[in-house]
Amino acid sequence: MEAINILEERKKSIFEKGKENHELSCDKVSLAGSVSQRACVFCGSRVVLYPIADAIHLVHGPIGCAAYTWDIRGALSSGPELHRLSFSTDLSETDIIYGGEKKLEAALDELIDEYKPKAAFVYSTCIVGIIGDDVESVCKKVSQKKGIPVIPVHSEGFKGTKKDGYKAACHALFKLTDREPAQGISKCSINILGEFNIGGEAWIIKDYYKRIGVEVVSVMTGDGRVDEIGRSHGAALNVVQCSGSMTYLAKLMEEKYGIPYIRVSYFGIEDMSAALYDVAAFFKDNLKIMDKTKTLVREEINKIYPALLEMRKDLTGKKAALYVGGTFKAFSLIKALRHLGMDVVLVGTQTGSPEDYKLLKELCDEGTIILDDANPLELSKYIIEKGADLFIGGVKERPIAYKLGLGFCDHNHERKIPLAGYSGMLNFAKEVYDTVMSPVWKLTPRMEKNGR
Amino acid sequence: MAVDIKKYSVTRNACKLCTPLGAALAFSGIENSVPLLHGSQGCSTYIRRYMISHFKEPVDIASTNFSEETAIFGGGLNLKRALDNIITQYKPGMIGVATTCLSETIGDDVPMILRDYKAGKKLEDLPAIVHVSTPSYRGTHADGFHNAVRAIVDTLLPVSEDSRYTGEDTTGSSKLVNIFPEMVSPEDMRYMKEIISSFGLKGIMLPDYSERLEGALWFEFKRIQEGGTKLSDIRKMPSASGSLEFGRILAKGESAGRVLKERFNVPLYNLGLPIGVNETDRFISALNEITGVETPDAIKKERDRLIDSYVDGHKYVSQARAIVYGEEDLVAGIVSFLTEIGIKPVLCASGAKSGLLESVLKDINPDFDKSNALIMSGADFVEIEEIAGRLKPDIIIGHSKGYSVARKLNIPIVRVGFPIHDRFGGSRILHLGYRGAQQLFDRIVNTIMENRQEASDVGWSYI
Repeated sequence: MEAINILEERKKSIFEKGKENHELSCDKVSLAGSVSQRACVFCGSRVVLYPIADAIHLVHGPIGCAAYTWDIRGALSSGPELHRLSFSTDLSETDIIYGGEKKLEAALDELIDEYKPKAAFVYSTCIVGIIGDDVESVCKKVSQKKGIPVIPVHSEGFKGTKKDGYKAACHALFKLTDREPAQGISKCSINILGEFNIGGEAWIIKDYYKRIGVEVVSVMTGDGRVDEIGRSHGAALNVVQCSGSMTYLAKLMEEKYGIPYIRVSYFGIEDMSAALYDVAAFFKDNLKIMDKTKTLVREEINKIYPALLEMRKDLTGKKAALYVGGTFKAFSLIKALRHLGMDVVLVGTQTGSPEDYKLLKELCDEGTIILDDANPLELSKYIIEKGADLFIGGVKERPIAYKLGLGFCDHNHERKIPLAGYSGMLNFAKEVYDTVMSPVWKLTPRMEKNGR
Repeated sequence: MAVDIKKYSVTRNACKLCTPLGAALAFSGIENSVPLLHGSQGCSTYIRRYMISHFKEPVDIASTNFSEETAIFGGGLNLKRALDNIITQYKPGMIGVATTCLSETIGDDVPMILRDYKAGKKLEDLPAIVHVSTPSYRGTHADGFHNAVRAIVDTLLPVSEDSRYTGEDTTGSSKLVNIFPEMVSPEDMRYMKEIISSFGLKGIMLPDYSERLEGALWFEFKRIQEGGTKLSDIRKMPSASGSLEFGRILAKGESAGRVLKERFNVPLYNLGLPIGVNETDRFISALNEITGVETPDAIKKERDRLIDSYVDGHKYVSQARAIVYGEEDLVAGIVSFLTEIGIKPVLCASGAKSGLLESVLKDINPDFDKSNALIMSGADFVEIEEIAGRLKPDIIIGHSKGYSVARKLNIPIVRVGFPIHDRFGGSRILHLGYRGAQQLFDRIVNTIMENRQEASDVGWSYI
């Protein structure tokens, strides 16, 4: 086989536990020409705000950015579905020359009149600043005219990485807080941050909190509503999942409203349970909450455990590779896969921080490859070298797995199945089982070669 | 007929994609090539994701990865670094550089940057580098595709090329023919090549992503999936006996076929996309003309079976009313086919606005001209939905993005073209030639039939 070269500048972003000891280089813009699996600042903002279902999301720029993000996430809404529409100012050559402000204002007027949203987000794409549009003042003007918040999101694609897009989205969300009265909110109340209701996951999580006696004031942003976010400042605690995207908002809210925050994950039995216990422990004055939590955790685990054990019999010893957006999801997945008897041989993320990677190193087994901001060649190289049976990632990673002849599990925003919570763990295990145990692999060149 | 509808400044649920996507797709059809988008990281990642969801194959598109400094000081350094890194990692035979709105707006002079890059290198160490200007604020993905194909021919076959067209056969026993197939499916490409070889011709198809974007599993790792038009074949194009170029709209503008004609005097056959009997007959006649050979029996029989089935099925579709949308040339091809089987296109829509759609549609078939169909350029799916609600068609024909309209209005949809994101096997949909028409006809008849069967009070066991 041809050797796969790793670019010199990329070597510092790859680490094999037990073999190398350098600090993992991360938190940087992607290398030109390396075919990063990352997207851009706009992508970061768009994914975070996308699930807010009673706001319009207007992408200010040429058509591509809006076209490629139309109905892109499996984020469900229990009511309005404005988030599933794709709006673009669709800038053309004359707009580039004469500026797009007038078109932007007209577009906002039309959309607000037509769809009567509770708020409007205006996403700036790459060229908006360069052609000199004053998006801020257009938003202000329309907001005054129409009486709803019209919020500029500074998400020009090249101004940083996806993480900067998260930050811009957090700023936008922060502007929506403290706009509604916060009366009548329980002392034992939380905001759920960084849960996007993919396949209805937020509903599963909200149900757990309800059962342990904790009020959920708002979810940001799964099944999100502008008015709910408007009273989020009245919650007692912010519970942050997908910490990469939303910790920044939690910090802003802590500073302004004095709301403390904790970081959790809802993937896998351990982390799901830890999330509930951590919240229960926070409301320690209310003993009932801890009692109810213990009961819930016991009941839920009992429901799924026998099925998990059954699948574990066949999955034990199989090897998994994972490449995901943030490290918190990676931590959870490693633990969840261990529950299924599987070994993790490769872990990569798009946006991990130095602290995250330190934790990740501790959690991983000897010989595990850890990568930041990988590209298809690197992923392929280590999947082959480590003999993985399963790859967990998003749509862009799927063909890498399939071409090399191994199973794949979509853990990104396009999936339709909830993987969070206890029932989600069962779905996850089934997804893994269905792909790894499929008989089609027996016909693939890789298996024929290995004589398996 | 023009459409009476309130015009919005905003585009809602676009019926088009941006120009760099088309260029990236065209570049993916060249053997051992890597497309490189000169702009932000997101452009290439979004486009990769969009194409992967359709083709279900690896689609590696590199980016020059602009940062704030790049936007201020220009993208030269990033472009050069990206070229170096692609060459190191992929060892490509060609790199196709397409610009984006960002690099165009800041005014990067890409040809100059490339000249400068090459000046510092040994030419024999470098892959071919083709540049196409694709600002996403000008045109649609179809323009990006066509412009990239033209740029490949324009760049790789400069006027000074020795192999001028002489009318002589230069490849041994078989005559050469160039074929520019448009944005069609891998299955379409395979079938077109099959037809061309059945005439005893050697076809050079540009681009040809039939293997690269629908290939086998790998026995061992591949940097770049196999397949694609060979650069050595592209260099033979000037000596071909003719160029077949699909697309009646494309024929009105600059194109790769025209470059070959003007530069090397290669006879150009401008054809519509060969969808349905009439347009396929024109394509086959062109092959007859080039080769002087009769149509092979197998093809004649495909045509015979197709027309036999048209007769068997005509009553199920006769006077059915259809909405068609997509790239302008695909719409033209589908409309030609629908008109010949008696389906009335009541709305023909495209997100593109060449200004040519109406006149081209009228040229295709005199029956269409009488039908008073609405024709809509620069359309988006919210507008299509509004008009569809008024027209209450029997069927919608187009790519996956029309599904939301079909679902809302409860009208069956037959999926064609690109993208097919909500169904399996988009790469294997056959649209072209008699065999493609057969598949389309069967699918359309069955869709209408299934809809009636479902809606019937009793259901039935025979048709």
